[in-house]
Amino acid sequence: MTAVIVGIVSSSLRLVTPYLFAAIGETLSQASGVLNLGLDGIMLIGAYAAFYVGITTGSLALGVIAAGLAGGLLGFIMAFVSVSMRADQGVSGIALYLFCLGLSEMLFNQTLGGVRTISGLQPINIPGLSKIPVLGPILFHQNILVYIAFALVPIAWFVLNKTPFGLKIRAVGENPHAADSLGVRVRRVRYQTVTLGGVFAGIAGASLSIALLNLFQPNLTNGMGFIAVALVYFGGWRPVRVLLGALLFSTVNALQIWAQVEGIGISPYLTLMLPYVITIVVLATMKRRNSQAPSALTKPFERGQ
Amino acid sequence: MTAASIHIRSFLQEGTRFIAGALHFLKGTGMKSEPVLSTLEMKGIVKRFPGVLANDGVDFDVRAGEIHALLGENGAGKSTLMKVLYGMYSPDEGQILINGKPVTLRSPLDAISHGIGMIHQHFMLVPTLTVAENVALGLSSSRRIVLDLDRVTEKVHELSEAYRLRVDPSEEVWRLSVGEQQRVEILKALYRGADLLILDEPTAVLTPQDVDELFNTLRTMSEEGHSLVFISHKLPEVLRLSARATVLRDGRVAGSVMTNAVSQADLACMMVGREVLLRIDHPDVERGDVRLMLDGVHADGDRGFPSLCGIDLEVHAGEILGIAGVSGNGQRELAEVIAGTRSISAGTVTLNGEDMTQWSTHRRLEAGIAHIPEERMVDGAVQEFSVEENLILKNHGHAPYSRGIFMNFKAIAAMADRLIQRYDIKTPSRQTQIGSLSGGNMQKLILAREISRNPDVLIAAQPTRGLDIGATEFVHQQIVAQRADGTAILLISEDLDEVLSLSDRIAVMYEGSVVGVVDRKSATANEVGRMMAGGGCEAAGARSLAPVSEPSAG
Repeated sequence: MTAVIVGIVSSSLRLVTPYLFAAIGETLSQASGVLNLGLDGIMLIGAYAAFYVGITTGSLALGVIAAGLAGGLLGFIMAFVSVSMRADQGVSGIALYLFCLGLSEMLFNQTLGGVRTISGLQPINIPGLSKIPVLGPILFHQNILVYIAFALVPIAWFVLNKTPFGLKIRAVGENPHAADSLGVRVRRVRYQTVTLGGVFAGIAGASLSIALLNLFQPNLTNGMGFIAVALVYFGGWRPVRVLLGALLFSTVNALQIWAQVEGIGISPYLTLMLPYVITIVVLATMKRRNSQAPSALTKPFERGQ
Repeated sequence: MTAASIHIRSFLQEGTRFIAGALHFLKGTGMKSEPVLSTLEMKGIVKRFPGVLANDGVDFDVRAGEIHALLGENGAGKSTLMKVLYGMYSPDEGQILINGKPVTLRSPLDAISHGIGMIHQHFMLVPTLTVAENVALGLSSSRRIVLDLDRVTEKVHELSEAYRLRVDPSEEVWRLSVGEQQRVEILKALYRGADLLILDEPTAVLTPQDVDELFNTLRTMSEEGHSLVFISHKLPEVLRLSARATVLRDGRVAGSVMTNAVSQADLACMMVGREVLLRIDHPDVERGDVRLMLDGVHADGDRGFPSLCGIDLEVHAGEILGIAGVSGNGQRELAEVIAGTRSISAGTVTLNGEDMTQWSTHRRLEAGIAHIPEERMVDGAVQEFSVEENLILKNHGHAPYSRGIFMNFKAIAAMADRLIQRYDIKTPSRQTQIGSLSGGNMQKLILAREISRNPDVLIAAQPTRGLDIGATEFVHQQIVAQRADGTAILLISEDLDEVLSLSDRIAVMYEGSVVGVVDRKSATANEVGRMMAGGGCEAAGARSLAPVSEPSAG
């Protein structure tokens, strides 16, 4: 029984990694007032970049860096469209997603030709800690991206709440005109957060293709980026709560996978739906949270009103 | 240059700025010493907007330690001039001289570094941040990696002591009263070393007590050598506070005078360019039966918290009942429960003795309730509709304007022309979209639509907010005329002078309750102001999401 629980919890921690990278990055960009719905697409490109670079150079580290750079570039494009061009954030995010979806499929066909596997990032044992019974193998026998993803949560909290940069992010997301009147470069802050969010989404994709599944195929993410956007709402734009939401979601997912493997008598189509059903139910039952949304979320900034 | 090349340029600019910003962020910078501002001159300022000449060769100057009032009607160019001074607009022509030397102010940051601060009419605060965080935002000294809020808090304390600006630095701004929020704005400017402070209608939303406190602070500041530019509509205050007044009209200087040499009437005449009636004629009218009655009305605000807690009110025919109160104490919700756009959680609303609590909005307006809503742009009119379509909004289902499923456009046009003439609505035609009308003309249109339906009860919420003297005078005359016709009028206004001069009785709202009703003959601004600032209501008020704060000792 312990082994089953260790297995489920351990796999839920690995499963949470892509959600966490994507959702923490999205938290930063939404806190500054930009909704990036293209997250899933950026993850796809990140997953492809990491896989392709990893398999051609043999270096997974280069793969992760490539994923971050590709994600950052796409984030920058999203920032250009939504911040400089003041395009509707919802529509331009979807457009970015569709663009990335098509691009990644084309790249897959042109450069990979078929589904191949890669030897992914290996678990790292934290000396000493990984020997703790039960907890050790769960918490301290994971790959490097899992550790980084969890470290991002307190870092994001610290940046948002304890640094001038975080103060600017929150001010720009809440009342950009007030921030502007104090000389804060509203657009620059938004460019920074959206680009950073893109970097994280790219790495989220990497954590999927070279650490979790160790393969790349078209539409590998299967909507994970959209779930990450929902997790930001679920977490009320606070990194720690986003983590809790992501854990809830990935645990349900891990349970669902376990149930499939064990072959309990429920249709796999139904169990596959479970995480998404939970997302909808949770979001629908906490509409009050909306009052915590950054007031300027999805609103382009324009001077002189 | 083509649009595409502009976009590419802006793309590249953002890119280089982004990298520069990232480097800057990593490097961190030190504080620089700030120059002291002692005299300021603006010479021949011209600012054009498409189709409008907002400033047409304006000269303006301020000396050290001077309180200088800037007066003018809406659209006279006051705000434009001050935005030029604060670096928000760049002038098309003209010069700004600080201490005799010409300067170029490209952004608010430039203005701040030259010792200029501005308190905007709509506060530039981030409600979810604390007072200290609001002050620290964008400071050059806080461009290091970790925020040093303790030092900010300490200095805010020192400044509050020195200028008697009582406010708690660790409180989140949305919990503060309007008066406190204004103090935060002043602290922000002082913290940045503002030698010249521009205040855009600072008293518009304050209680008389807050106004006294503000004026004491401003006087202390001027004694210490700060220069103050004070934009206002309220002539008594201008005479009380400022030494000099500059009046703008149609983008030009109509005059610059020492205030001890002029009267209110002189200033009003300079502003409008003609004689103005400052006092409203308020003839005696026989008070009739009770038209509108509210009995123990409770309702929730937008955030789901109680915002009306047990309102009892009566309004008689031929009476103006004024509702005084600081913004956000339930006035908006009060108007909405009567008009029917907000549902009631307990209590009853009665019209002419009939219980209308459950009536739909449509049934209420058919029964004789007229409503001039607070947000005239949003709730009062459809911006994309024409003047005539807006005028017919509430009557389109009646003869002669429609028959069966067909509209009678001839009758509608005739009605529109009649109202446009009668209510002096300045519009190019009855088919003009009303989004392009001035605030005053839009309000006249709404007034015309509501009054022409011969209502039994008229709710007028902030009817003259943002209107200039001429339009205000017109709206006031119309409201008083309705009173003479026997309409029961509920006048909700944050402008205490307006409530005091128009109303027969005044009810004061605080945190969702009526804390007192006084007769106009015995009411004084001080007494009403005291009620506006305090009183008891056990449930949380409209404004306060937090538990109601303990009254201070003593």
